[in-house]
Amino acid sequence: MITATVFLPLLGAAVAGLFGRFIGDRGAQIITCGLLLISAVLAGLIFQKVALGGHPETVIIAEWISSGTINVSWALKVDTLTAVMLIVVTWVSAAVHVYSVGYMSHDTSIARFQSYLSLFTFAMLMLVTADNLVQMFFGWEGVGVASYLLIGFWYEKPSACSAAIKAFVVNRVGDFGFALGIFGVYFMFGSVGFDAIFAAAPEKAAATVNFFGVEWHAITICCLLLFVGAMGKSAQLGLHTWLPDAMEGPTPVSALIHAATMVTAGVFMVARMSPLFEFSDTALTVVTVVGAATAIFAATVGCVQNDIKRVIAYSTCSQLGYMFFAIGVSAYQAAIFHLMTHAFFKALLFLGAGSVIHAMSDEQDIRRMGGIWKHVKVTWALMWIGSLALAGIPFFAGYYSKDTILEAAWGSHTIAGQGAYWLGCLAAFLTAFYSWRLLLLTFHGRPRADEHVMAHVHESPAVMLLPLLFLATGALFAGWLGYDLFVGHHNHDFWGHAILTTEAHPALENAHHVPSWVALLPTVVAVSGIALAYLFYAFAPGLPVALANTFQGVYQFLLNKWYFDELYDMVFVKPAFKLGRGLWQGGDGALIDGVGPDGVAAATVAIAKKVGRLQSGYLYHYAYAMLIGVAAFVTWYVFNAR
Amino acid sequence: MNDWPLLSLTTFLPLLGALFILTIRGETEVVARNARAVALLTSLATFIVSLFIAVKFNGASPDFQFKETANWFPGTTIAYSMGVDGVSMWFVILSTFLTPICILSSFGGVKVRVKEYMVAFLILETMMVGMFCALDLVLFYIFFEAVLIPMFIIIGVWGGARRVYAAFKFFLYTLAGSVLMLLAMLVMYFEAGTTDIPSLMAHSFPFALQQWLWLAFFASFAVKVPMWPVHTWLPDAHVEAPTAGSVILAGVLLKMGAYGFIRFSVPMLPDASVYFTPLIYTLSIVAVIYTSLVALVQDDMKKLIAYSSVAHMGYVTIGIFSMTTQGVEGAIYQMLSHGVVSGALFLCVGVVYDRMHTREINRYGGLATRMPLYAAVFMLFTMASVGLPGTSGFVGEFLVLLGVFQVNSWVAFFAATGLVLGAAYMLVLYRRVIFGRLTREDLKTILDLDMREVAVFVPLILVVIWMGVHPSTFIEPMHASVAKLIDNYELARAAHEGLSVAAR
Repeated sequence: MITATVFLPLLGAAVAGLFGRFIGDRGAQIITCGLLLISAVLAGLIFQKVALGGHPETVIIAEWISSGTINVSWALKVDTLTAVMLIVVTWVSAAVHVYSVGYMSHDTSIARFQSYLSLFTFAMLMLVTADNLVQMFFGWEGVGVASYLLIGFWYEKPSACSAAIKAFVVNRVGDFGFALGIFGVYFMFGSVGFDAIFAAAPEKAAATVNFFGVEWHAITICCLLLFVGAMGKSAQLGLHTWLPDAMEGPTPVSALIHAATMVTAGVFMVARMSPLFEFSDTALTVVTVVGAATAIFAATVGCVQNDIKRVIAYSTCSQLGYMFFAIGVSAYQAAIFHLMTHAFFKALLFLGAGSVIHAMSDEQDIRRMGGIWKHVKVTWALMWIGSLALAGIPFFAGYYSKDTILEAAWGSHTIAGQGAYWLGCLAAFLTAFYSWRLLLLTFHGRPRADEHVMAHVHESPAVMLLPLLFLATGALFAGWLGYDLFVGHHNHDFWGHAILTTEAHPALENAHHVPSWVALLPTVVAVSGIALAYLFYAFAPGLPVALANTFQGVYQFLLNKWYFDELYDMVFVKPAFKLGRGLWQGGDGALIDGVGPDGVAAATVAIAKKVGRLQSGYLYHYAYAMLIGVAAFVTWYVFNAR
Repeated sequence: MNDWPLLSLTTFLPLLGALFILTIRGETEVVARNARAVALLTSLATFIVSLFIAVKFNGASPDFQFKETANWFPGTTIAYSMGVDGVSMWFVILSTFLTPICILSSFGGVKVRVKEYMVAFLILETMMVGMFCALDLVLFYIFFEAVLIPMFIIIGVWGGARRVYAAFKFFLYTLAGSVLMLLAMLVMYFEAGTTDIPSLMAHSFPFALQQWLWLAFFASFAVKVPMWPVHTWLPDAHVEAPTAGSVILAGVLLKMGAYGFIRFSVPMLPDASVYFTPLIYTLSIVAVIYTSLVALVQDDMKKLIAYSSVAHMGYVTIGIFSMTTQGVEGAIYQMLSHGVVSGALFLCVGVVYDRMHTREINRYGGLATRMPLYAAVFMLFTMASVGLPGTSGFVGEFLVLLGVFQVNSWVAFFAATGLVLGAAYMLVLYRRVIFGRLTREDLKTILDLDMREVAVFVPLILVVIWMGVHPSTFIEPMHASVAKLIDNYELARAAHEGLSVAAR
């Protein structure tokens, strides 16, 4: 059953990819969607058996790499953590597959698109079912490639190609850390299998190790290196630059990969490694700080973006920040809970945005939308649900998970945790603000698009709306249903051994006993954020313009995303090309070849020419040379004869 | 057929085919067709024979197998002595695997002097296989040098515009190194009194002599690998060589240097190897970073892949001198994988070169529209070159880095930057050739892969994925030989340390 769940999407990808020409677009759609729906149903059964029934299991498929003492298998490990991820991945993926049938109906490469989607799903499933770090790396890179292919799906667009390369290369920077982390773990534990590592972790809690000429606390350095990988994949501050650009891909891709599943792989990985992270307070603090910083950074940028997908992309980035600082305070359960609810409402928002873009004849700029709610009522209602869930308004999914995270941050009683709480509340305010800015500008007010576009505004077909309705159900009820299981008082029964929280880190337990103002504040700021958005974009539209003009510097800073792209371009990209050119022409061309082969050859020719000149053909030249020679020898002989 | 001389058969079967081709007479067209057919059949037969070696190879034994010995120079120990262990066996297979693919791929590109071309290729195969099988210094040297001759001719006759410059550069560069190696071999013979490679492995040379010998071997092998800074012949040779020439050059000839390190430098000169390890590390790291950056700015497709080869071979040398099981096995694996993947990449370039007669990256763009199949194949090999898990490229790189991290984390750190840089230059290449809008008039009629080209790529694709998903098939037979290599090395090291302690 587990094997089928994981490999059915691969089968779908292979059939659609290799035989797409023969079975046609419709055939490819039926096969990929059908297999994924089966996989989703199986995932539900697995969840019931493994997570609710409490029977984790591991299926070994085959040996992969074996050399010396390292032994890596292809294996599928399913415990509660994995089961949750299986549900998230297959269900959202199934919804996106079906939605794509409608959304991509005018495209010319439907089979290729469906194949990539299924390939991505397979890689993601391999990632979450890994029982060792190397297989996780396989899935990790696999989703990276699928993401690259899908971002660059419309390969004729130069911006899409650059975005695809950027996504892959920036992720590779993270993978660089991940790979070193794997090597470090192997160095420490002599194994890359999770069970072996986790069993040995407590006894290595105090070990130190010398990497890069510095004496480190062993577990800390390993965790930090692994976390670099997580930062890349989950677009945390510093390595986030690829995510907004990734919106160049088709919208279903943004929903599946860049909101619900792939970008949460980093969160999953750190949660999976909780038995290691628990032994390093330093690493956890770093995670908290990075997470909180990302949450607030992305929220500030999200407030001023004008592309509907980019606003949601920054919102994703920000929500991932929440998940990370939850992990940083050892509330892994809350992080995964938020991951799950977020997958539903964020996929909903993206697909809803896709529906809007579809309706608006591929317009993405919210400044040229407005007033369309009457024409797309279902989409409009669903976007409202998604936004309410995202803002954390009571009884929607996001409310349960986000509040738990903030309470746990408060409950951690550490400086970093408290800081994260306040930054998180501020980010929650901004989240509500930009969500309603988006809603108001897109759906309400007077239409700003031209008549031509407005005449064509239409509701999406059922094949697109049904997946939206399914996700909306999740956005409405996932939090309420999951709260007790995931983060309630008895969450240990649910999680089993999948996540380890030591006694030294009781943040999640404390979350249930915080002062009532702490629990109430996030809701209050969310409502004020909505109110402010109404003030700015419904009642006094002149206000934001005036504000932007008054604080031009701040506005530009935010609009240009804190100038990260410009900085990286200046520090890394341009110098790399410059250096490459310099090394090629200066190093290889002038120095090595100039002094080496070409130099030697030229010198040989020059010397030969000079020597050749001696042979002039005039007899008296030769006679003269002979005479000098004889004179020299005689002189030498006379002087040395004695 | 237990007592068949399998190694000699594999080695000299192509030579037989070459002789046969030489006898073909008649119309140019007919000769060309027959020469192609005979060459392909011969190389396929050779490949099949070589498979018997793999099948009958006993992976549990670390010794040389299928040994054949015949006296050669009476009165000396110089003998015709052949044998393979778990390391060299795979290079024999790699050579015999790539040759038929090369021959098939040149059916389209090579139009003049077809007969001579096929003869040169078959002779080349004989020399390559013989080199990996040789168990005698003199025999090894003969094969090692003789490889240069057909390659020199292939580049010089069927190459591009600057073929003569490239051919001479290639020949003189490698010969300069080999001369020093010949000297070292003579010294070894006078010192140990034998030219038998297994005996020499057991012989221990004094440390001071080891250093000189090591440097002399290094001069030859470093050029072949090639290591920075003696790599500049490679881009020129690759650019000018015909497609199949590039494939063999990258696929097999580059492996000769690294194979030399494994066969000579490390087991025969262990102390000097330790002494010079920092040198190797430094040069390899420079190779990885420097040539990756250079690859980033190339305008010629073949040059870009040539530079990427230098970077990939940097991993190989790092792995060998890490002297850990994972490092050495990873290095060998990386060589095999690189042989297949870079060969395939050169074939990919060859496909469009045959159609457009240019290798300039800017002349292409948007090929995905007209050539979806080609785009998919190219993508797969690009990913394998980048080291995507699930393809052959990953296993080697991963094991090498894992191995070297255990002994020197800085080296692993710097070498791992290749992960990022490699992705950058390969994806930039792919984007500029395959992606984008198809705007050039002459590209609008370009055709996708034909059946012959598909037949060329299919075996390569299968092997790349097989090597990525189930590497045990290939690593398993290496274990014993690599373990022996490392054990002997550790023993020699221990003895040396003991001596130096006693001397104090």
